[in-house]
Amino acid sequence: MIDWSGYIGLILQGALVTIELTVLGSALALIMAFAAGLGRLSRFAAVRTLATVYIEFFRGTSIFVQLFWVYFVLPFAGLTLTPLQAGVLALGLNVGAYGAEVVRGAVRAVGREQREACVALNLSRYQRMRHVILPQALPLMLPTFGNNAIELLKGTAVVSLISLTDMTFQAQVVRAQTGSTLIPFATILVLYFVMASAISAGMRWLERRATRGLDGVRA
Amino acid sequence: MPSPIIRIDNITKTYGPLTVLDGLSMDVMPGEKLALIGPSGSGKTTILRILMTLETINGGHIEIDGEQLYHMPKAGRLVAADEKHLHKMRKKIGMVFQHFNLFPHKCVLDNITLAPMLTKGVAKAAAEKRAMELLDMVGMADKARSMPAQLSGGQKQRVAIARALALSPKIMLFDEVTSALDPELVEEVLNVMRRLAAETDMTMLLVTHEMGFAHDFADRVLFFDKGRIVEEGKPESIFKNPRQERTQTFLRKIIAAGHRV
Ligand SMILES: Nc1ncnc2c1ncn2[C@@H]1O[C@H](COP(=O)(O)OP(=O)(O)OP(=O)(O)O)[C@@H](O)[C@H]1O
Ligand SMILES: [Mg+2]
Repeated sequence: MIDWSGYIGLILQGALVTIELTVLGSALALIMAFAAGLGRLSRFAAVRTLATVYIEFFRGTSIFVQLFWVYFVLPFAGLTLTPLQAGVLALGLNVGAYGAEVVRGAVRAVGREQREACVALNLSRYQRMRHVILPQALPLMLPTFGNNAIELLKGTAVVSLISLTDMTFQAQVVRAQTGSTLIPFATILVLYFVMASAISAGMRWLERRATRGLDGVRA
Repeated sequence: MPSPIIRIDNITKTYGPLTVLDGLSMDVMPGEKLALIGPSGSGKTTILRILMTLETINGGHIEIDGEQLYHMPKAGRLVAADEKHLHKMRKKIGMVFQHFNLFPHKCVLDNITLAPMLTKGVAKAAAEKRAMELLDMVGMADKARSMPAQLSGGQKQRVAIARALALSPKIMLFDEVTSALDPELVEEVLNVMRRLAAETDMTMLLVTHEMGFAHDFADRVLFFDKGRIVEEGKPESIFKNPRQERTQTFLRKIIAAGHRV
């Protein structure tokens, strides 16, 4: 008989790493999404170009390759990262590029009439964005942001390739040591599903809060 | 003789190949109530939007209250206005839109207090006090905490009027403020505007297809066609004895379409 409790403990340790990666990666992705998404709408051509290059580059290459670059190639440029830092950076930059398009789309979806009302009320560019455009754009972003966060969660498994001991990595360790495939992988299947459900539930809660009072306005 | 508060001098406005305003000049005196009428596409909205700096002009000059709108003096020359200059000039002007353009994520009261607090640094309590006075004036005080989505079109438009008034502009622009409303809601908005016209010395420019209202409201009526002023004068003379054939044709069509004069 195998004593599973130690092995399950190992997988749960991996789960903590996965959660850490997901939370930190999502935070970076969120920052990048707003920076690049608003950057694409900038008045300044140079800012628009920079944002476009970032978005196209990270959407056009795979997360796998990006992770290897961050972890194995950046050291040659004098920047050595821990596996966790490399994982967060690659995941955040990658998902942030997708999020940027969401931000841009949602901001543009707030109509011309709202912007014109802001001009007529003499709000500055910053005030228009801060008080009128973003509060209306945010509820439009949330559902897709939720999907992006779940994609990011699922993407965390690639970090086992740079020997970061996340949940998938630990499941492989357990499998190698016990010879059982079913139990470790059934365990992480459930754990991934629970985490994804938690993200969905959190997003639905945020959405309800953000759209409070807006009922009947959004088509 | 006071000098004009709005001086439009030979302005041109084009959209690509289409010339909408071609050398338009007109003056508006302080406190004057002006109605702009004319067929669809004649450039009425364009004029208001230009005055609100929602469009740019391709040529000419506009002076508001003694200062250039789209130009500013710099090193002894007039150069194109920057955002800072436009910000200063917009303080003098307010606009009410055909589709209200209320902020759907803010309650009625916050819609009104937002701009005074942000652009004039008015304290929240003072801004709300003033907002309640204005809401009272437009008959919407009991809806201060409602969201725009809960209001009828006429109520939304009355809030939008209060919102524009909260900044105390010297000039108010109204672009077909009743034409998006169900017929039974038009009168409540027109009543508010009648009171405004009677009780304030604001300069008002009104674009409308409501000829009866234009007649009562305006000191002077301008009839536009193809971006030019075809005829202007006191409401009585424009509506009862139009001299130009194009004005006569237009008014006949309007009456045939069921609008009262
Ligand atoms: N953004 C734009 N791009 C291109 N053409 C435009 C634009 N805005 C207005 N126009 C054109 O300019 C002309 C004048 O339009 P404007 O909206 O000022 O007319 P109007 O007198 O207000 O008409 P209406 O009574 O229908 O509101 C029209 O021919 C219109 O098609
Ligand atoms: Mg118009």
